[in-house]
Amino acid sequence: MTNSTNSANALTENYAKEPFSMQKIFKTLSHLHVVVGTLFIATLYVTICNLFFAEGSFFHVSDYTVSLFGKYLCYALLALAVDLVWGYCGILSLGHGAFFTLGGYAMGMYLMRQIGDRGVYGNPDLPDFMVFLSWTELPWFWAGSSSIVWMIAMVFIGPGLLAYIFGSMAFRSRVSGVYLSIMTQAMTYALMLAFFRNEMGFGGNNGLTDFKEIAGFSLQDPHTKLSLFVITAVALGIGYWISNFIVNSKMGRVVTATRDAESRVRFVGYKPEHYKVWIFVVSAMLAGVAGALYVPQVGIINPGEFSPLNSIEMVIWVAIGGRCTLYGAIIGAIVVSYAKTRFTAIMPEAWLFALGGLFVLVTLLLPKGIAGLLPNLFDKLSMFKSAESETLAVKEVNDQNKTKTTEVEAK
Amino acid sequence: MKRLFSVLLSCIISWQALANTQDMSTVESTHTDSTLSQLVNQLPTTKLNKMSPLLEKIAETRNDKTRGVLKAMMEGDLYYLKTDKTVVLALKEESLYSITNILTAEALAPVKKSKLRKVKTNNRLRGDIRSFIAKIDLTDPNKAVREQAVKQLLDNSSKSGLAAIQSLITTETDDEVRELMHVTLLLNQLKTGTHHEVMAAITQLEDTLEPSVNNTMVKMLAALPTNNKTPEQKALAASLTKVISSIEDKRSFFGIIENIFFGLSLGSVLLLAAIGLTITFGVMGVINMAHGEMMMLGAYTTYVIQLAFPNLIEYSLLMAVPAAFLVSGFVGIIIERGVIRYLKGRPLETLLATFGISLILQQLVRTIFSPLNRQVQAPEWMTGSWVINPVFSLTYNRLYIIIFSLMVFFTLLLILKKSSLGLHVRAVSQNRDMARALSIKSDRVDAITFGLGSGIAGVAGVVLSQLTNVGPNLGQAYIIDSFLVVVFGGVGNLWGTLVAAMSLGSINKFLEPVVGSVLANIIVLVGLVLFIQKRPKGLFPQKGRAAD
Repeated sequence: MTNSTNSANALTENYAKEPFSMQKIFKTLSHLHVVVGTLFIATLYVTICNLFFAEGSFFHVSDYTVSLFGKYLCYALLALAVDLVWGYCGILSLGHGAFFTLGGYAMGMYLMRQIGDRGVYGNPDLPDFMVFLSWTELPWFWAGSSSIVWMIAMVFIGPGLLAYIFGSMAFRSRVSGVYLSIMTQAMTYALMLAFFRNEMGFGGNNGLTDFKEIAGFSLQDPHTKLSLFVITAVALGIGYWISNFIVNSKMGRVVTATRDAESRVRFVGYKPEHYKVWIFVVSAMLAGVAGALYVPQVGIINPGEFSPLNSIEMVIWVAIGGRCTLYGAIIGAIVVSYAKTRFTAIMPEAWLFALGGLFVLVTLLLPKGIAGLLPNLFDKLSMFKSAESETLAVKEVNDQNKTKTTEVEAK
Repeated sequence: MKRLFSVLLSCIISWQALANTQDMSTVESTHTDSTLSQLVNQLPTTKLNKMSPLLEKIAETRNDKTRGVLKAMMEGDLYYLKTDKTVVLALKEESLYSITNILTAEALAPVKKSKLRKVKTNNRLRGDIRSFIAKIDLTDPNKAVREQAVKQLLDNSSKSGLAAIQSLITTETDDEVRELMHVTLLLNQLKTGTHHEVMAAITQLEDTLEPSVNNTMVKMLAALPTNNKTPEQKALAASLTKVISSIEDKRSFFGIIENIFFGLSLGSVLLLAAIGLTITFGVMGVINMAHGEMMMLGAYTTYVIQLAFPNLIEYSLLMAVPAAFLVSGFVGIIIERGVIRYLKGRPLETLLATFGISLILQQLVRTIFSPLNRQVQAPEWMTGSWVINPVFSLTYNRLYIIIFSLMVFFTLLLILKKSSLGLHVRAVSQNRDMARALSIKSDRVDAITFGLGSGIAGVAGVVLSQLTNVGPNLGQAYIIDSFLVVVFGGVGNLWGTLVAAMSLGSINKFLEPVVGSVLANIIVLVGLVLFIQKRPKGLFPQKGRAAD
């Protein structure tokens, strides 16, 4: 499998040989700059339009749209996490929804405690559903949930710990490929069943909802909504930076090599399972953060989020956006979620047809997703390139890959 | 086909014969009608203390209406009109009472409560009536009615009922009913007899599993004083404890057998769901996420067949099995030819594409049949249960499903091991290039294999339509379980799938009473995940030298 970051790099390098300023700009601009820059401009635009244009104005962005975009950005962060393990490590996780939801529950527990005595039953210590179940005190795992520091820690620790336990067991015994996918699916399915139980202490069927405020700011306040959106954008930017750093670090290279030829990496002397566990944990934490930011913006978290269908939908975002390219995952998540919002509003019947059709068509016709189209599109638009240099580029990519594998083997 | 017709014909003939006998009995009974009506018409005027003899006379008329009269009186629905003293059956309907003449069964105009007066009864009379009814039932020509009547007396006995049993036990023709009567008498002896009689009864009741016998013995044991027992009481307590524990042992033994049976029946459903997957996933290496939807198609085929032939519900399942096989198999072949063959060797992409197909199929069914669940009827022969003893009975539908799933399993095994198609399938799955070199058309084999796997999923759908609601999400509920069964058993190993399905089913059913069904499900899932960590290739891994 070709690594499209490499191929994209190769393409930019190729342009650089020709004396056009466009290409020079492209060389200095990495994907990181473009993505973070776009994100910054988009966030700034939404913020300004929301704050300084009156309702009814052409430029006005409503509070609803702000929350909607915030949701999309959470999905983008989640897609990034999935892409990190699937695109770069070859682990097709059909259970990333579990990490996302666990992060969400960590945030949900904190928000539940923030309600205080404003609940229906007015109990200052216990959330409503516990009073309803006639429990008299908080279960032990709710201890500390009223502290924001503890909450932030749990957002990382909860999903991270689950990923560590699951990953270290699965990767050590060399469960891989389809087996691993089915295992992860079973994991999230089991968690869903468990969280549906009232005895579990997480609100059962209804989950956690009815939130009032976060860190003292009312969740109904438009400014809080906007701040959450901005925080999500910042989190996505940081997440992108971290992922980009990991992918391009030496460890990232080993991870990518593991994806392409695990036995060779092992024979060379690396321990692939350590790298796999490590990247799996990082990815789970990113998913957890996405979940934690998602909850205050949609106002509810329930066990339905654990459903295997959700996890598969995340994989679709990445597949459609383009796996192996971090920006592809973001594009995929936003495009598909936006399409879902539009489709389900206009003709709900057609959404599953469209989603299913997308699956089939993308896997059959667009193995690299939308991101795979972009360089081609650019080639056609710029028209600088002769057919000759195109073959050169392809050749160069192949050469580079060959040297990569020989490098890995040499180690 | 000829056979089928002859069965049908004989059914019709016997039905007519039955109808004829019914006609005969009505003719016979008309002459006793007059005595009954005479007696019934005395009801409004008779005083409460003279009621019992009158009722006895009514009971002796042995008319087919007698039981109705007595039952209505026992339940307090028997009234008479104040105007002309006609005895009627009155049922309250909102503000008015709808009334029917109890003798002629003729419906009269509804009246207000003030026009009616109740036929007098009291608790003692009701007890009498109950035993009269029991006596009528005990002599009923239908065995099931007699059995039910004895059971009623077993649970709460009455003097006259017991007397009736005593007189009838020698003439009773059916072994089971006689045995039950015997137990009833012994139970009475146990409750009321002298010390020797009680001891004799206890030893004779040792093998009985009727719950009321056990309950009575436990009560008797509890009623004995804890200390300062007389020697007689000591002996009684000893023998009671012994018999109770032996009954308990037997009950728990049957309880285990019942759990195994439930486990096997759940296992056979899992087996049916997973066995098609063993072929597509295990033999071909294709991850078919649309497998559940193949089952759903099979279930909907059953529904459509029942819609198309509403008069042939009894045979609908027999028709649905081949039809579902063809429908799902055909859809499977289309999927293989249209999508999967282009994704050969890319399992994760196959997973995604087939998942897309499953979404499309679900939505298709939702659009055609509506998102609501559809009810598939169960034929007569699938309902009811086979009662082996009072604490252990097997429901027919589960029994048939176990048998059917084993039949499917062995047929498939035969196809794969003995037929030339099976040979080709195995050859292609082991070494595609070599098989092609030996002039096996691998494309054709792929399509047929996938069709076979999907067709079996369709057959599984027919079975599922008998167990759960038929809806667009039917397949989704089983897809994760079936994948786990295949992985647990060892991919590509039919026997492994059988063992895995049956053991998972049994484990689930044994855990269920202890921890509840949801937790049992979770425990099994977590256990499986842990098991796969230990043995990534399942219970029975395929032997071979290939490294990944």
